Amino acid sequence: MDKIFEFPFIINFDSEFVDGLVRGFAANNSGFFDSVKSALTALVNSINWVLGYIPWFVMIAIVFLAAWRAQKRLRSGIMYAGLMFIIGLFGLWELMNLTLSIVLAGVFIALLIGLPMGVLISAFGRLNKTVRPILDMMQTMPVFVYLIPAVIFFGMGSASAVIATVIYSMVPAIRLTSLGIRQVDAEVVEAGRSFGSTPAQLLFKVQIPQALPTIMTGINQTLMMAMSMVVTCSMIGARGLGNEVLIAVNRIQISRGFIAGGAVVILAIVLDRLTQGWFDSEESLKG
Amino acid sequence: MRDISDDKDFIIEMQNVSKLYGIRREEAFSMLRKGADKEEVHKKTGVVTALYDVNLKVPRGKIFVIIGLSGSGKSTIVRSFNRLNRPTRGKVLFDGVNIVDMSKKKMREFRREKIAMVFQSFGLMSHRNVLGNVAYGLEVKGIKKQEREAKALEAIELVGLEGLDESSIDSLSGGMRQRVGLARALATDPEVLLMDEPFSALDPLVRDDMQFELLSIQRKLEKTVIFITHDIDEAFKLGDTVAIVRDGRLVQVGTPEEMNANPADEYVERFIESADKAKVMTARNIMIKPKGMVRLKDSVDRALRTMRRHGLSSVFVVDSKLEVKGVISLTEALRAKRKGLKIADVFERDVNIVEPDILVKDLMPMAIDSAYPITIVDKKGRLKGIVTKASVLSCLMMHSNEEQEEDNTHI
Ligand SMILES: Nc1ncnc2c1ncn2[C@@H]1O[C@H](COP(=O)(O)OP(=O)(O)OP(=O)(O)O)[C@@H](O)[C@H]1O
Ligand SMILES: [Mg+2]
Repeated sequence: MDKIFEFPFIINFDSEFVDGLVRGFAANNSGFFDSVKSALTALVNSINWVLGYIPWFVMIAIVFLAAWRAQKRLRSGIMYAGLMFIIGLFGLWELMNLTLSIVLAGVFIALLIGLPMGVLISAFGRLNKTVRPILDMMQTMPVFVYLIPAVIFFGMGSASAVIATVIYSMVPAIRLTSLGIRQVDAEVVEAGRSFGSTPAQLLFKVQIPQALPTIMTGINQTLMMAMSMVVTCSMIGARGLGNEVLIAVNRIQISRGFIAGGAVVILAIVLDRLTQGWFDSEESLKG
Repeated sequence: MRDISDDKDFIIEMQNVSKLYGIRREEAFSMLRKGADKEEVHKKTGVVTALYDVNLKVPRGKIFVIIGLSGSGKSTIVRSFNRLNRPTRGKVLFDGVNIVDMSKKKMREFRREKIAMVFQSFGLMSHRNVLGNVAYGLEVKGIKKQEREAKALEAIELVGLEGLDESSIDSLSGGMRQRVGLARALATDPEVLLMDEPFSALDPLVRDDMQFELLSIQRKLEKTVIFITHDIDEAFKLGDTVAIVRDGRLVQVGTPEEMNANPADEYVERFIESADKAKVMTARNIMIKPKGMVRLKDSVDRALRTMRRHGLSSVFVVDSKLEVKGVISLTEALRAKRKGLKIADVFERDVNIVEPDILVKDLMPMAIDSAYPITIVDKKGRLKGIVTKASVLSCLMMHSNEEQEEDNTHI
């Protein structure tokens, strides 16, 4: 009777063998992976270097002006500048810069790959059908799973963190770019064609500009997804605010955890509002 | 006088053009060849016949109007002139060159130089201002900024939008947007303008304006205009030549005058009829509110008072749900009062009751026969209004006069 509650067959999956293959692949191509790793690390470091040369008050002034301009309210400017000030007040400024460099590097690469992919997918309906399940998978796969191959191929450190961030955050950029382009009013596209546009002219002069609000939403979401990876990435050796949270969890230091976590939240909110506001103001300029 | 019958200069010619949508096209073609119609073909093969075996010639420098019901294939015709739709079979000759099998590169050049299109919902790019939209065609051609903006400004002025070149599209009204659409098409100085129901999205007054604007621009520039509409008034107003399509086939081509004189078949006749105002005026258009009515159970005195107050010789009789039952005349009411009878005993039940959508010309026999006004009721039989003999006659007279005047101008 118990039999019906048991699964009748279980395949003998040789995970050692598969893992061995992956490791072997990593080892055989270590030259390639090492150069990717050093390139990524260099990218992160140079962003960090630039951020390190911006004095805190200049950064806060930039945030103030950007928020003011984006939301057209002095109050927002003061509020977001104030929030940034709080991060500095708790001595997390440098850690924030570290986090920011990984996030920005990840977003940069995610967009570099994601935006052209989105354009490509929008152009070929069939490609869209095949790519969709892959994108779904990328988005729903537990993020920790990305960490393992990242570490195998790129070792611990910021390079792996950037790779994991890229994979996880790239999806909305791809999705919303292709959606935005496909949603451009058919008559507008036809008008473009009727004047003898080449496919490239059509893309850059009509389709992409018309899809820009949607594409911008995708970029904003990519940024937010990247921010949500901050703590996870610290598990594979990314330094910064995420690491601070991780340490606090390990040592059960409640206030330290909340302060670092709060800084992550503040950073996320500021990035979100600044980008969103900027895109909105872009739109309202048009309207 | 508008006359093209002896004018042999044609810019575009369609030869045996067919456009079918679907998989089993070969089968559909052989059915169509045997005379099957669009519906049969669709049922049998699932193929949609957008156009079948269309032959037509578009005279140079004139306005050529294509008219037909929705789904008849108008857009398919006009879009095959710039190959937004590629015909399944047949040739489209532009100055003798077949554009159906032109290479992509040649087609781009053709679209840049020779032909431009105006769209029903304007097809404007909201991310560019008026100037940017109008200059688009020139920009795509690779014309330098200064030159293209100068040309675009000329076109903007031509359509009466001077001073609005920096405006955003969203800030413009529908009529102004379509002026931008027209300016954009004119800016590249094409030989042919394709216009697919360009004014259908505009309200009637703006539409009249735009029709006038188009006519004056066309007379000035002498461009060939191919204009799609489903409104026969618009077609006759604008068209030097009018082509009527039905179910993917060309039914008749001719000047409006020719068409008026000999419509090719019932379909054309119906179209032309719909342009004739007197024949489409309905009872609703000429009915008036009844001045007084009485209920079936009201007293005769009340009926008499109502008639006296409004100076009427009869009033309508309704029941408690306002359903019309008949009419009572002054003489009958007085007789009833003398003999002590009730309204119900004496009123006239035999009145002409019609619904508001009946054509005025069909009211004619009733109006002549009946002593009482014609009663207009809604679906539930409730009194909506009345139509008097005088208003029926004057409506018919007025419009037949108009017709005669129009005929005079044609001689
Ligand atoms: N892409 C398509 N696939 C299948 N059928 C189509 C397609 N495009 C048009 N048709 C069909 O071809 C026929 C002609 O369409 P067309 O658009 O030319 O009509 P139309 O006269 O312009 O109508 P409307 O006044 O509604 O614009 C219609 O029956 C339509 O359903
Ligand atoms: Mg159409």
